[in-house]
Amino acid sequence: MTRTTIDQPEMRIDPFTYAHWYALGRKEDFPEGCALNTRLLSHSIGIRRDTDIMSITGPQGRALPIQHRYGHVWTSLSDSPRPLFDIPEFAEPGRRLVTVGGVRVRCSGLRAVENFLDMAHFPFVHTDILGVTEHAEVKKYDVKMDVEKDEIWATQCQFFQPVAAAASVAGDMVHYQYRVPHPHSVILYKSCPVDPDAWDLIGLFIQPLEEEECLVHSFLLVFDDNNTDTALLHFQQNIFLQDRVILENQVPARLPLDPRQETPTRADASSIAYRRWLKRNGVTWSTTRGAEIA
Amino acid sequence: MKLYDYVLSGNCYKVRLLLHFLDIKCTLEPVDFYPGRAHKSPSFRRINPLEQLPVLELDDGKTRICDSQAILIYLAHKFDPSRHWFPVNEPEKLGCVVQWLTFANCITAASSRARLHDMLGYTCDITAARAHAHRAFRHLEDHLCHQEFNGINWLAGAQPTLADVACFPYTCLAGDGGIDIFIYPAIQRWLRRFATLPRFHPMPGINIR
Repeated sequence: MTRTTIDQPEMRIDPFTYAHWYALGRKEDFPEGCALNTRLLSHSIGIRRDTDIMSITGPQGRALPIQHRYGHVWTSLSDSPRPLFDIPEFAEPGRRLVTVGGVRVRCSGLRAVENFLDMAHFPFVHTDILGVTEHAEVKKYDVKMDVEKDEIWATQCQFFQPVAAAASVAGDMVHYQYRVPHPHSVILYKSCPVDPDAWDLIGLFIQPLEEEECLVHSFLLVFDDNNTDTALLHFQQNIFLQDRVILENQVPARLPLDPRQETPTRADASSIAYRRWLKRNGVTWSTTRGAEIA
Repeated sequence: MKLYDYVLSGNCYKVRLLLHFLDIKCTLEPVDFYPGRAHKSPSFRRINPLEQLPVLELDDGKTRICDSQAILIYLAHKFDPSRHWFPVNEPEKLGCVVQWLTFANCITAASSRARLHDMLGYTCDITAARAHAHRAFRHLEDHLCHQEFNGINWLAGAQPTLADVACFPYTCLAGDGGIDIFIYPAIQRWLRRFATLPRFHPMPGINIR
């Protein structure tokens, strides 16, 4: 696959995609004195850090906004970006944050979000960890829109998992909630193996490089006093790299937004809601609709 | 024994595979290779000055074996009395096995480099890395075809040896680095045979059709 490295006109990006903040990496990825180049929405981005001052330049040398949140550095191509979504759990005491580092995947970032929402793949892709083939059924769950915040919630999800988390000692029925507050970000709330009243968070902050290539920054925000950060890191990288090979083999590499292109089942309720939400917001970039328009 | 391990490393995986094939107990010590680059830290440099994984630490807590092929040889020699995996009593076969152990490093040098580039953003000449990988895979394909003509299923004889264990991971993981391994039919058959060995377990990125 050839990588497009030519900047496309910014108009080519739909306004909803354009208006968001995107994570570019962890703060540790940009040490003092660094000068790095990366890509965002098919545009070259320069990142510099002199002493403790960081600067990001975008198309035509334009200075881009920066914020440090959720263990990551964020920017936007837009001069007036939509506010970055709130994750109140980051302020809760006792949680541990593990940032997993960026992993490049040759697919649309939207595909990576959709795959993350899909519980049906657990027994087949994450066999004997997040699912077993004898318990492959996805039970009915609820999907609703939070209209005020313009985000999707899938709740009442449950799935039998043999090793749901690094802290698990035995197989268990695990409860899930999914939250999609951003077209390229998704957060999973998962019942915590060490505290039945709490949720552990696992999330993806996706940096869309090109329409068919993304850099997936992920994190864990968990209650776990038994495992080292490195053990949690290995657990999450193992899971995500199992997904990567699946994602790279999906056809088409962009997210299909024409309902005739893929046949949804009831297990795909969150995927249907996600695709409808993207359509309603006029998202074309990194979808098959973008390819039609271009 | 303790294995300093990285979950996404093909060289660590080949050691984990042999440990599992031979049913050897070993503690895994996870190392934050990425994104933390812990293998470059002063504390890890005391374990392996070459800053490489895997490292096998023996029960005396002092002896450490670095280099995945060296670890495979140690484990097979120590724990496989049948001498199938490392045939020290058959000099001709032994020579072939060691030849493929060395060749495994050619595969790793190209395929792993392309994979680190594509997956984790390491800088390298990606075109050259992929071309080197294909040169190695053409050689592997020719050899496996030749073996099949002679009714031999494995790299160095009628039974799997360390040669197969050493060459398997970065051949199977080549797709992670944008290298099409499906154009080599004899390699495909060999990968599938390998994946049906008793006690085989995959690692993420392995794509066997």
